[in-house]
Amino acid sequence: MTALRNNLSALWWVPRGIVFGLMAFFIFGPLFNMLLWTVTEKWYFPHTFPLEYGFSSWEKVFAPRGGALESLGNSLVVALLTVVVSLALAIPAGYALARLKLPLRGVILLAFLIPQAFPNLTVYVNIARIFYEIGLNGTIPGVVLVHVSHGLVYAVWIATAAFSAIDPELEQAARNIGAGALRTFRDVTLPLAAPGLMASAIFVFLESLDEFTGSYFVGAPDVNMLPLLLYTTASGGNYQIASITALLLLVPSLVFMAVVERFLKADVLSRVGQ
Amino acid sequence: MSGDGFLQLRGVASRYGQTRVLKDIDLSIGKGEFVALLGSSGCGKTTLLRVIAGFIEPSDGQVAVNGRDITRHQPDKRGMALVFQSYALWPHMTVAQNIGYGLRLRGVARDEIARRVSEMAELLGLSGLEERKPANLSGGQRQRVALGRALAIDPEILLLDEPLSNLDARIRLSVRHELRALQKRLGITAVHVTHDREEAMVMADRIVILDGGRIAQQGSPEEVYNRPASSFVAAFMGAENLLELDGVRDGETFVLQPGSAGEGGSVPVAGRALESGAVEARFRPEAARLTDIDTPATEPGARFFGEVMAVSYPGGHWRHAVKVGDREIMADADRAFPPGQPVTVFVPAETLFLFNTPSGDPVSRPGLPSETVKIPA
Repeated sequence: MTALRNNLSALWWVPRGIVFGLMAFFIFGPLFNMLLWTVTEKWYFPHTFPLEYGFSSWEKVFAPRGGALESLGNSLVVALLTVVVSLALAIPAGYALARLKLPLRGVILLAFLIPQAFPNLTVYVNIARIFYEIGLNGTIPGVVLVHVSHGLVYAVWIATAAFSAIDPELEQAARNIGAGALRTFRDVTLPLAAPGLMASAIFVFLESLDEFTGSYFVGAPDVNMLPLLLYTTASGGNYQIASITALLLLVPSLVFMAVVERFLKADVLSRVGQ
Repeated sequence: MSGDGFLQLRGVASRYGQTRVLKDIDLSIGKGEFVALLGSSGCGKTTLLRVIAGFIEPSDGQVAVNGRDITRHQPDKRGMALVFQSYALWPHMTVAQNIGYGLRLRGVARDEIARRVSEMAELLGLSGLEERKPANLSGGQRQRVALGRALAIDPEILLLDEPLSNLDARIRLSVRHELRALQKRLGITAVHVTHDREEAMVMADRIVILDGGRIAQQGSPEEVYNRPASSFVAAFMGAENLLELDGVRDGETFVLQPGSAGEGGSVPVAGRALESGAVEARFRPEAARLTDIDTPATEPGARFFGEVMAVSYPGGHWRHAVKVGDREIMADADRAFPPGQPVTVFVPAETLFLFNTPSGDPVSRPGLPSETVKIPA
């Protein structure tokens, strides 16, 4: 009986192996497919792997007329501006929500979710109409504003959590030996909240980088962004260029997720949305 | 201790929502005096300290330092330094930066700060640890950094919020004496909040006992220990044994009537405001003398009769739970009396604390949460 049980437990790796193998396939399969496409010259049905490899698509993408560099530049500028504007709003808002006894605190926190609560299309079509009237349509500030409305929920929620995680006694200790309120914020609160704020900045950056709907309605065709390029190339059947664009979008995400994982401590995470 | 002390509280009250945390606190603290605010949790002692430090604005009353009203001053404009119970060291700064921060705020030159910090580190036995972060320090070291940070700015008033409660029992005993010696040497006025009776006794010039947001009694350690002003103070200062008796005042003698508890006895009034009627008698376990049932009294005091319920040896003496009337008391003796044995409990007059039972208030009002009642001596 025990021998049989030992044999069975020795075979336990089989179902586990199958499950993990399937998971790996579903996660890495598409990624591997994308990587293959970026270096493909010729690949058609029914062949399993590309027939010819090469970097000619990379040359096309980074050629001055390819539009990829312009889109990349636009995307990075918009993402960075979005981070700056979001944090400029989220730091005071998060601090107030974390420290002050505000009535309707929960309602205020939920209000930042509203841009996500309604179908994006209806919201952005109307924003585009209004922006068109006031001349913001097709401008970088217009796209930044749309991305801020979208990213603010991350920025404010995470900033609130970051400030809540700081023991008020640490601030009181600074006040007590002679630091004014602003000095205390600069010397104690801000450095201690920095990792959480850094994480919220990264979330906002990533959100802005692959936001599509708003960029499309408010930005295109004057301000082209990476996701738009990805859309036009992929729908045009150019999988090589689409895959390279996708890779450009993926790399910062992977890098920043690794950074976020280091910065966002459990004590901050546990306070998100509280 | 005069009417206008260095730190003066007049009619200070504080409320939290509908709860009145502090009621009409009048306290005068002289320059260089070490005052302990003693009380059980929830008595308002920490609130009082925070009112002094400026973190809580009193709902009523006035706080003055050196005759200057500072009730509405911001915490950073008070020239006080608070040592927090949690130490509240800044985790992103080194020991040297923590200690030197107050000086940096005052615009002291960099090399002067370095000099003062190393001086302070030496004074507190922290030399060599200046570049460490608080996370890499032991509890005792953190406590000393917190103290160093407070002392570095040469505060007129040092406020201590149970700074020893997070230390190991053994370190705590030595830190008590170090802290007291340091305070005396520097001549700082100190207000120390604690729930530890012994700590307050050992360190303070004066003990202020708080109960339910009021000052129950204040005085020197021997005053509050030997002449508690109320049943609450007596219980808090260790006299947890409680018997209900009837007594008759006869001039300067107070005669305890024989009753279910025993034959009573007579004790001198000795200036106490005792009136005939129901009294609460309180005494410490170590004040009681346990003898065989028919040992006569040889000095003024009260004799009670009871039966040993349990006996244990906490060290130094035998501790007995004795049933007297319908109550159980603790009494120490040099030898063990077996459970079941009838005994006499004799309490000498000077260690028997008598208080008139407040009318309309049941006797079982020890004023202490039940878990603190059983403090082993």
